[in-house]
Amino acid sequence: MTFVEKPILLDVNGLTVAFATDRGPVTAVRDVSFSVREGEILSIVGESGSGKSVTLLSLLGLHDRKTTRVNGMVSFRGRGILDLSPGELRSIRGREIGLISQDPMTALTPVYTIGWQIAEQIRAHERISARAARKRAVELLGEVGLSNPQEAVDRYPHQLSGGMRQRAVIAMALSCNPALLVADEPTTALDVTVQAQVLDLLLRLRKDFGSAIILITHDMGVVSEVADRVAVMYAGRIVERGETEAMFESPLHPYSWGLMGSIPPLAGPRLARLKSIPGMPPTPDRIGEGCGFAPRCAFARAACLERPPLRKIGTQAALCVLEEPERAALRRTVLSAEELA
Amino acid sequence: MFFAVLQRLGQMLFVMIGISALVFLIFFATPGSDPAARLAGRNASPETVEAIRKDFGFDRPLPVQYVIMMNRLFVTQDLTSFVNRGLRIVPAVAQAAPVTLSLVAGAAVLWVVGGILVGVVAALARDTLLDRGLMVLALIGVSMPVYWLGEVMNLVTQSRFHDTILFSWVPSLGYKPLLTDPWGWFKTLLIPWFTLAALYIGIYGRVLRANLVEAYQEDFIRTARAKGLSPARVMVRHALRTSLIPFVTMFGLDFGVLVGGSALLTEVVFGLNGVGRLTYQALLNLDLPMVLGTVMYASFFVVLANALVDVVYVLIDPRVRES
Amino acid sequence: MSISSDIASTEAYVPDVPTLDLEEDAVRGSGAGPWRRAWLLMRRDKPTIIAAVVLILVVLSSLSAPLYAEYVAASDPFRSNLSARITIDGKRVKVMQASTEGLGLGVTPIGPTYGTQYFLGADTQGRDVAARLLYGGRNSLLIATSATAICLVLAAIIGITAGFFGGITDQILSRILDILWAFPVYLLAISLSIVLLSHGIVIGPLEITGDSLLLPIVIIGIIYVPYVARPVRGRVMALKRSEFVLAATGLGIPAWRILVNDILPNVSTMLIVFVPLMMALNIITESSLSFLSIGVQAPDASWGTIIQDGQTLLYTRPAVALAPGIAIALTVLSLNVLGDSIRDALDPRTKLA
Repeated sequence: MTFVEKPILLDVNGLTVAFATDRGPVTAVRDVSFSVREGEILSIVGESGSGKSVTLLSLLGLHDRKTTRVNGMVSFRGRGILDLSPGELRSIRGREIGLISQDPMTALTPVYTIGWQIAEQIRAHERISARAARKRAVELLGEVGLSNPQEAVDRYPHQLSGGMRQRAVIAMALSCNPALLVADEPTTALDVTVQAQVLDLLLRLRKDFGSAIILITHDMGVVSEVADRVAVMYAGRIVERGETEAMFESPLHPYSWGLMGSIPPLAGPRLARLKSIPGMPPTPDRIGEGCGFAPRCAFARAACLERPPLRKIGTQAALCVLEEPERAALRRTVLSAEELA
Repeated sequence: MFFAVLQRLGQMLFVMIGISALVFLIFFATPGSDPAARLAGRNASPETVEAIRKDFGFDRPLPVQYVIMMNRLFVTQDLTSFVNRGLRIVPAVAQAAPVTLSLVAGAAVLWVVGGILVGVVAALARDTLLDRGLMVLALIGVSMPVYWLGEVMNLVTQSRFHDTILFSWVPSLGYKPLLTDPWGWFKTLLIPWFTLAALYIGIYGRVLRANLVEAYQEDFIRTARAKGLSPARVMVRHALRTSLIPFVTMFGLDFGVLVGGSALLTEVVFGLNGVGRLTYQALLNLDLPMVLGTVMYASFFVVLANALVDVVYVLIDPRVRES
Repeated sequence: MSISSDIASTEAYVPDVPTLDLEEDAVRGSGAGPWRRAWLLMRRDKPTIIAAVVLILVVLSSLSAPLYAEYVAASDPFRSNLSARITIDGKRVKVMQASTEGLGLGVTPIGPTYGTQYFLGADTQGRDVAARLLYGGRNSLLIATSATAICLVLAAIIGITAGFFGGITDQILSRILDILWAFPVYLLAISLSIVLLSHGIVIGPLEITGDSLLLPIVIIGIIYVPYVARPVRGRVMALKRSEFVLAATGLGIPAWRILVNDILPNVSTMLIVFVPLMMALNIITESSLSFLSIGVQAPDASWGTIIQDGQTLLYTRPAVALAPGIAIALTVLSLNVLGDSIRDALDPRTKLA
C-alpha cells in the first residue's frame, strides 16, 4: 500500500473458539485472523451461524468461561486480551471497547431509565459524581441525535421507539470514549429509514470520536455503504477479505460472488427478484475436511475436499482452489448468466 | 389513573362478593340436608334448629338468607358458635389473627432470604455439583407434607434430642405473645418458622434459579457485562432485579393465603392458637358458623394481598406503570 | 493489508450455538413423533429412571396390600386388635403392652418388630401399621389419580370452551375461575368437606354418604381446576391467533376440525405434562385433608390418616407417623422429578398458573 497507515488497534491471530457440550467439544470459530487499525471500519459479513457473533464475543471475553475454550491471540493495543484476569478485562470492557447489540428492544435492562444505565457504565470506570455522570449521559444522548436529551435521560427503555433505543445503546457504548466499537448487526432489527439514520450516525461518530468500528452484519448494502474493509465468514472461517471497493468490484471466492450479487440497491429501481445462493450452510453432522462451501458451490471439484489454499490478488485474499485465469472465466459466465436472467 | 384505581377496587369487591356467595352456597345450599340443622351442629334440640331457621331466615329465599348472613358476620358481628355456646365469631377470629400473623411473617422472612440465597447460589454455580445438590434439597423441601415435617421437628426438638445442648432451649408447644414476652415469642416460633419456610424455600429457590438462568440468556445481561460491571453487580442489579418481579407476585399471593389460614397445618402441629387452628377445632366440632367466619376472614386477606401485589408491581416494574 | 494472511484451515465447522447437544438435536430434528422423541430424551436421564422405578415399586406394593395383610401380616388392618398376641423369638408377646412411661398406666402399642407381623409396630387400636401403610397407599394413590383425572377433564373442558369461543362465554367462565382462584385451596376444600362429610350429599337418585371415598376424590378434583384451566385457556387463545389456524379459517375449514386437528393435540400434550405434577399436588392435599380428619374417613386408611393416628404416639412409637410421611415424600419427590422431565421433554413452556 502506498499511503501511510494508522497503527494497528486490534490484532486477532488464529482465533479458535470451541464449546464444551455433552458430546465433547464443538468448534464454532476456526483459526480466524484479522486486524483493525485506529479509526477504521471493518465489516464482518456472513450468514447466521457462520461464527460472526462468537468471534465478537470472544474479543470482549464475554463467552462463558466454564464451557468455552478460546485459543489463539487477541491483542488490543498490544495487550493480550485472552490472558487478562477477569478484573483487567472488565476495565477494558465498556471503557476501551464498547458493544452495540443487535436488538435494541432487549439490549437494555427494562427496569432502569436509560440515563441510569449510561451513568452506571461511566461510574463503573471513572470516579465521578452521580450528578456529573447524569450530565454526561444527557450530553451523550444529544450527541447521538435524540431530540430532547434532557427528557429522554429519565425515560425507561419501553417508552422509546426502536430507533431511539438503538441511539441510547450507542450513546451508552460511547460513554467512556472507547477506541473500538463492536456493533453486532446494529441495524437488523430496525425499520429501513431508521437503519439509514443509524448508519449515518455511526459514520459521523467515527469522525467525531475517532473510534474504530467492527461492524457485524449480513446486509451487504450496509457493508457497501460504510465499511473500509470486509471479511467474509462462512462455516466458522474467514473465506475472503479485502478492501471494500475491490471486494465488490471483483470478489474472488465463489461464495462472495453470490453474496455481492445479493445486494438490494439502496437507490434506483429494485431488481425484480433478489438472487439467493441455493442450499444451506453445512450442519454439524456434515462436517467435511475441505472447503465448507463446496457442497453449495457450482464449481466444486475433487480438490475442494482437501484443505483450500490461500490465494491473494491485490488487497484481497481468498481460501479457494480456483486459480486465474479459470476463476475470472467462471466469474464472467456467472455474470452473463445473471444478466440473461 | 383514578379510573384504574376505581376499576381495581371494583374488581376486589366483585371477588369478595363472589367468594362470600360461594361460601354461602357451599354451606347452606348444598342439597341433602337442612341448613338450620347444619348450623346448629350435632345434638341440637329441635327448638334450637327451629329458632335458627327463623333467625337466619332459612324459610325465605336464598338472596335474603345471604344478606342476613353477611349482615350478622360483618355489620352487627353477632354471629355466635352453636357448638361452643355464646362464643362470638368475629372477636374469636380477631384474637387468633396475631398468632397467625407472627407465624407467617417470621416464616416469610426466612423463606424470602432462603429462597433468594438458594436461587442465586444455584444459578451462579449452574450445572455444578453444588447446583444439583441445592436443587435436590429444594425438591425434597417441596415434596414433604408440612405437617409431617412439623411432627418430625417436634420429635427431634421436643423428645429425642430435647435433652441435648442443641435443642434444650426449645420451649414446650404453644404461643407466647410478642408484647409481654418477646424472647419467649421468638423461641416458641423459631422451629415453626423453619418448618413452614422449608416448603417455600424449595419453591422459591427453584423458581428463582430458573428465572435467573433465563435472565442470563438475555441481551441486557450481555450488555451489562459488556459495560465492564462486576459479576456481583450484574447479578444483583440486573439479573436478580428483573427476576424479582414474578417473585414478588408469588410472595404476595402465598403470604395472603397463609395469613388467611392456610398455615393451619403448621398451627395444628405446633399447637399455635391461630386462625388455622381455630378453623381446625371448628372442623372437629362441625362448628359451621366458626368455619364460615374464618373462611370469610381468609378470603379478605387473599383479596387484600392481591391488591397489594398490584401496588408493589407498579413500584418495581416501570412497564406496568402506564397501563 | 489489514487482514493477516493465515486464515487457511481445513478443520470442521459447527454453528455457533453455545450449548449444543448433538444427540438431542438429532433426536428433536428427526422424523420421530413427539411421544417417541420425549421417550428417547427421558430414557437418557438417570434421575427420571430412578423416579420411575420408585413409583412403580410404590404402586406395586400398594396393590399388594390385601396379599400382605392376609399372608404376611396375617391380621385385619381395619379391625381393632387390642388383645392380640404374637410370637417373637419364641415368646408370646402382647401387641398392646403395659406402658413403661409415666405412671405405668394404660398401654403402649408394640414397636416395630421388623418381622413378618407388626413390621412397623401397631397403632393405638393394635392394628398392623405396615399393612395399613400399604392399604393407605392404595387409597392415597387411588384418590390422587381419580382427582387428577377429574381435574384435568374439567379444566380442559372449561379452558377450551373459554379460549375457543371467547366473548361472553369466556367472560363468564373466566370470572368464575377468578373467584375460585382467589379462594385458598385448603379453605375451599375445608368448606366443601365439612358440609359434605357431615351429611353426605344427595343429587337426584345419587346418594353419597359422608364416609365415601368419592367425596375426597371429588373435592380434590375440583379445587385445582382453575390452576390448570387458566393455562389451557391461554394456550387455546394463543393457538387461535396463530397463523396456521388463521390460515385454516381463511381456507374455510370448519371450526370443529380446527379444534380436533390442531387444538386438541396441543392441549393434550399440555395436560400430559400436568399429570405427574397434579398427582404430586393431590397426594399432598389428600394427606393433609385426611390428617385434618376431613379426607378419608375411618376405618379406611390413607397415608394422611395414619400420620394422624401416629400423632398421639409420636414420642413413644414414632415409626407410626414417620413411615407414611416418608412414603408420601418419596412418592411426591418421584412424581416431581418425573414431571419436570416430562415437561422438559414434551413442552418446556408449560407452567401451572
